[in-house]
Amino acid sequence: MKYLKETATLTYSPEKCTGCGRCVEVCPHNVFSMSSGKAVIGDRDRCMECGACAKNCDFGAIYVDAGVGCAAAVINGILRGTEPSCDCGGTSGSACCC
Amino acid sequence: MKLYHHWIVICLHVHVREVIMKILNTIDPAQSLKPLQGGGACCGPVLSMSGGAAMRSCPYKGGYPEWVTDEITTAEGPVPVAATVLTTAEKFAHLRARLTNFRMRFSIEPGLYAVGSPDRNSDIFISANYTMSFDILRASLHGMNAWILVIDTGGINVWCAAGKGTFGTEELVKRINGERIAMLVDHRKIIVPQLGAPGVSAGQVKKRTGFRVLYGPVRAEDIPTYIENGYTASPAMRRIRFTMKDRLVLTPMELNPAMKKLPYLIFAVLLVFGLKPEGIMFRDAAAGAAPFAAGAVGALITGAFLTPVLLPFIPFRSFALKGWLLGMAVFLLMITHVPLFMFESDYLTAVTLVFFPLLSSYLALQFTGASTYTNLSGVKKELKYGLPVYIGGTVISFLLLAAYKIHEWGIL
Repeated sequence: MKYLKETATLTYSPEKCTGCGRCVEVCPHNVFSMSSGKAVIGDRDRCMECGACAKNCDFGAIYVDAGVGCAAAVINGILRGTEPSCDCGGTSGSACCC
Repeated sequence: MKLYHHWIVICLHVHVREVIMKILNTIDPAQSLKPLQGGGACCGPVLSMSGGAAMRSCPYKGGYPEWVTDEITTAEGPVPVAATVLTTAEKFAHLRARLTNFRMRFSIEPGLYAVGSPDRNSDIFISANYTMSFDILRASLHGMNAWILVIDTGGINVWCAAGKGTFGTEELVKRINGERIAMLVDHRKIIVPQLGAPGVSAGQVKKRTGFRVLYGPVRAEDIPTYIENGYTASPAMRRIRFTMKDRLVLTPMELNPAMKKLPYLIFAVLLVFGLKPEGIMFRDAAAGAAPFAAGAVGALITGAFLTPVLLPFIPFRSFALKGWLLGMAVFLLMITHVPLFMFESDYLTAVTLVFFPLLSSYLALQFTGASTYTNLSGVKKELKYGLPVYIGGTVISFLLLAAYKIHEWGIL
């Protein structure tokens, strides 16, 4: 299953990559793989912007505008004039409230 | 799967649902505490014997929960041992957490736990203090000797908490240092669930605690294989799946909140159909509103249940389009095959085809929050185009209903 085409904010600077392989390890959608000692991006449309790769890249080679892809959170944000927020105020929420 | 389906059908009957809630609320294994045999209240004697100000404090003042089977004495204080076989009551509690708001208070005390009889070489697994997260982990460690460090995520599961940052570097570092983990083991590695990675910077953790983060597999059930393979997860173990069963267990939390809003919609429709030049006639109201009440339930089932379950089989990548398409298909069938929806007035047919597929679409879009592959940029894009359509469609539906009333009253 893939989500919308070419919307993910994932960017990668191969020149900063040291080939540690952390991004390959943490990505739950197999976006990264190793090729000749460096990480390469495969299918960007699989990126869910969870931010695990960027958070675990000690060399600043990866950028992603991380967030949770949850409509209720985005609508909450619009209604309150804030960033998307999963805080549905306790009891009312859908599964994004976890 | 049949079981879940059965539960969902039951949930649609509000009365039956309330009865079930009452029964569910009488059983609460998470709240029943018991003192350890012989030991009295936990931590007491061992703590005072070692008498250290630097000791870990005991989170269970009133006695341990049922699943604590034993207590290990360490130089750093006692550590509760957790069972690795889940009881029927615990599995029932999981079901309850899936179906109700019980999940909002389904948590355990953060701190250090053990399974089996771990020693200075045993692995340390990190978990969240959402009971289901912890339960699934300890059940997966059956037959092993290990430490489990439960960090405080406010009772939220690993992945959701990682997304919010509560399962994160700060809390993890605080717990590792606060629980004096380094004094308990000779090695310097911790196994963090892979789905916790969005909140955890392995580099920072290493720098601030000395412990190297190994990311374990996505699913706890793969942990034994992961260990056997020398702490390596296969690519399949690193992938998050979203199977039909995964989607099915998430639908009650989509249906429940939507069900709660249903009475308002039905009341509004009753009002529209009851409204006559001579006042509100409730006999007419019921007959006229029946198809719309049924339509609302139909849209709800289509958007919040059928679309999630059939997700990969419905064309388009957009959740809004998937929900609309399935809604349209369902309501086209309704107006051609179900007598209740075969209206004499074209206005009512039009309302049915404008409003209900959009309602289904809106509800399907909510499922992005539960899905494992949608991203924030995509959801924003869907809403940017979707919200004006939802608002416009609702306005058009009301205008069509108004036109129907005007026609009915013979004003034109």
